[in-house]
This record gives sequence, structure tokens and C-alpha cells, in this order.
Amino acid sequence: MLYVAIATRGFRRYSTYRAATLAGIFTNCVFGVIYSYAYLALWEQRPDAGGYDAVDAVTYVWIGQALLMTVALWGGGTTDDLAERVRTGDVAVDLYRPVGLVQWYLAADLGRATYHFLTRGLAPTVVGFFVFDIVLPGSAIAAVAFLVSLVLAVVTSFAIRFLVASSAFWLMDQSGVKMLSGLAAMFLSGMVLPLVIFPEPLRSIALSLPWASYLQTPADIWLGKRVGIDLLAGLGLQVVWIVLLLGICQVVVSAATRKVVVQGG
Amino acid sequence: MADVLHVVREAPRQYARIARLWVRSSLAYRASFAMLTLASLLLTFLDFVGLALMLNLIGDLDGFALWEIALLYGASGIGIGVADLLIGSVEQVGQHIRSGTLDAMMVRPVPLLVQVCADRFALRRLGRITQAVAVFAWGASSVDWSPSKVVVAVLMLVSAGAIFFALFVTFSCVQFWTHDASEFANAFTYGGNTMTQYPLSIFPSEVLKSLTFVIPVAFANWYPCLYLLDREDPFGMPGWFAVAPPFVGALMCVVAGLAWCTGVRRYTSTGS
Repeated sequence: MLYVAIATRGFRRYSTYRAATLAGIFTNCVFGVIYSYAYLALWEQRPDAGGYDAVDAVTYVWIGQALLMTVALWGGGTTDDLAERVRTGDVAVDLYRPVGLVQWYLAADLGRATYHFLTRGLAPTVVGFFVFDIVLPGSAIAAVAFLVSLVLAVVTSFAIRFLVASSAFWLMDQSGVKMLSGLAAMFLSGMVLPLVIFPEPLRSIALSLPWASYLQTPADIWLGKRVGIDLLAGLGLQVVWIVLLLGICQVVVSAATRKVVVQGG
Repeated sequence: MADVLHVVREAPRQYARIARLWVRSSLAYRASFAMLTLASLLLTFLDFVGLALMLNLIGDLDGFALWEIALLYGASGIGIGVADLLIGSVEQVGQHIRSGTLDAMMVRPVPLLVQVCADRFALRRLGRITQAVAVFAWGASSVDWSPSKVVVAVLMLVSAGAIFFALFVTFSCVQFWTHDASEFANAFTYGGNTMTQYPLSIFPSEVLKSLTFVIPVAFANWYPCLYLLDREDPFGMPGWFAVAPPFVGALMCVVAGLAWCTGVRRYTSTGS
């Protein structure tokens, strides 16, 4: 119940800035249009690149724009607050709370993600649907599995962002690590170019890393490229990474807690 | 008139003084500074890696080889890189309005635009320019150079900076009306940059016309590059567009100046 309350606050906090949301949706749509034409040019010359056809490719573009903010691909979200609180020392208050640091920020971030999904996720998808005739999930199973995969994507991204923010315990400032991590996410999630058209062995490597969770895996489920055992394998890999990353988060928190005590004197 | 000249003459020095303070402050967190500079270099480079992977798959994009795209990419990247380094902070004007720091700036004896642009001056943005210059140089090494092409290329790079400079300022002015819509400007600045990384012939002609006559970002690289590459415009635009960028850039800067003045005149403090 507590976590629902935290998540609700996270949701409300982001929904305060309506003009910012509208401006963001507009920007997502502009980039959606740009990449759609670029991919159309590519798929016109290679109509079966990566096992996608032109419609799949354009759909992939709009799913990417929809997930960009939802999974906070560039970083940011509630973990930015954490980093700032580490810098100012307010994190000491967080550590007093009878709730784990990870759980607290995860709940808030899920609230944020819900808001971004309902606005910056849905709106560009609708625009893509009407302007570029993108395909919708072919079956109810695909649709449900997509949503499950999306939740897993947000948690994966949260764990990585949490680790990035935790670097502030040692560096005092997360901005450098955050930007490098954002770069890795941008490239290895398939946002710059779908991972499926990467040359081997880059393709296989990228597909097995946690960032594939952000976009490539949910998109493949949406497009019906992952069904049956493949679908389960995709979701399974997402879960494995989450368990691993959240485990590391816990270890880092306990190490950082000792560090805070030292700093506080 | 003498007053205006005085202001213009003083501005660069005032700008440099504020910028120097910010450089010193950013060096306080050395690890972050090093990583941010590296990231800023890699950030746009990965865009180019994306293009290279694309071209690796299809050989050429709409008839443009990778080195030709490198030229387009580099010119646009240098333009937005220089503009971003010098005045990218103007995007934060909404933040200044919300927090009330704009009021404090208004009473200082330095032009408001200079203060807003020099605020949070980030030397790390040189990383992006370095990378764009490298890609441009690689593309340029395959160009069949002549004296007139060198002139066009130089004019192109200077004008590209001016065009993105004007885009940053003009669209940041929107924030005088809606304080938290800074992302709106991104569609035109970074969006314009992303679009001009591709040969514009992949877009429908309506898009090209908008980028020529409405948001004339096509002059930042497309028309001059067509001349450098000895290509006819696929949409049949006149060849003299190759030397038009300086005029387009100047015109856009005038528009940006007017937008800024209108915004500042309209500004009423949040009053808190």
C-alpha cells in the first residue's frame, strides 16, 4: 500500500508540467517522422533487412519514440532526485526511512513511468498510427506480453539509473557517469538503429545485454517477431538481468551507507 | 546609435568574462568534467556510427555514399556544435524565469541575452565540435576541390553556425509565454540537425520546401554541399542557393533578435 502511495506521488509530480508534456510529445512526433523517412529509404533498398519489412521498420520507429521517455532511456527520472540528495546530503533523511532506498525510488519511478507511458507513450503511437499506418500487436497475447515486457524494461532501466545515481556517493556528482550511461543505452537499446540489423557479432552481443530490454525486446514482441518459446526466452532474459542488477543495487546501497556514515562524521 | 555600437563592442568581452567563471566552476568536479567531455564527443559520434552501419547494409542512401553523407553530417554538426557551445544555454531561459534569476540578471549592467547565453558555459561541448570536424574532414578529403568550392565551404560553415544560433534563440523565446516548454525548441534545433544529417532527398518534397522556406535549415548544409559534390538538386531548386546561406543566416539572426526583444518586452516577473 505504501508503495502505491509513493508511486501515486511520482505520477502526480510529473503530471504537473502540462506544457512540458505537450512540447515533449510534439518533439517525439517530429523525430518519429524524421526516422520514419530514413528507415523507409533504407528498407526500400533492402526490403528484408533484419527480418523486418518497411511497415515493421516504421512501427519500430514509433514504438521507440513512445518508449524513449517511458523507460527514461536518456537517464533522469526519480534517480536524478537521489543523486541530487546525495550531493546535498539530504540522502541521510532517506536512509532513516523504514523503507529500503531501492524500493522507495523504484516505486516513485514506476509512478513516473506510468505517467510518461500514458502521455508521451500513447500520443506518438496514435500519431504514428494515423500518419504512417503502423501495425498494432497481432494478438491479445502479444499485446499483454508487450506490456509485461515494458514493465520489465522500466525496472531494468531503473536499476541501471540507480547505479548511475549511486556513483554520486563516491564522485559527488553523477552527471558524467549519467551521460556515458545514456550513450550506452542509446546505442545498445536499438534507438539509433534496430539491433536486428547490426552486423554480427555486434548484433548477438547487443541482444544479450540489458539495454536490449529497453526497446528491441518489447518492440519485437509487439511486431510478432517473438512468439512461443522465443517470447518466453526474451522475457526470461529481461528477468535475469533485473535480478542481477537489483542485487548489485542492494550491494552498492550497503557499501554507500557505510560511506555516508564516514562522511557525516 | 553610438550606444548600440558600444553595447555590441562590449558584449564579447562581457561574455568571455562570465564564461571563464563557469569553466572554472565545471573543473571543480574533475571526474565529471572528463567524462562529460568524452561523452559529448561520443554522443554525436554514435549517430555517425549508426549512419555508417546503415550504409554498410545498403551501400548508399538514395545515391549518396558514406563520404558524401559525412560531409552533410559534419557541416550540420559543426553548425549546431558551435551554436550550442556559444549560446546553447539560452534553452534555460524558462528555468531562469521560473526561479526568478532572470530578474537579477535584468538589473546587471550587461545585456540580458549575453548573460543568459554565457550562463553555465560548458567547455565540454567542444567534444561535439571536435567530432563533427573530424567527420567533415574525412568527407572533405574526397571532394574534388576548386577555389570557388573552398569559398562556398567556408561560407557554409560560418552560416550553419549562424542558422543554428538563430534557431536556438528564436525557439527559446517561446518560453517567455510557456515557461516549462523548453523541449519544444528541441524539435527545431536538434530535429533540424538530425534531418540535415541525411540527404534531404529521402524526404517528401513538402518537407524539403518547409526546410527551405519556413525553417530554412536546409541552407546550413544541403544546398552548399550539393555544389561541393557537383550534384544537381533532386527537387530542382536553383543552383545559386549554394551561396545564399550567409544571407539566410543573417536574416534568421534578425528574426531571432526581434523574437528575443518581443519576449523580453512581454516578460513580467513571476513576482515571488
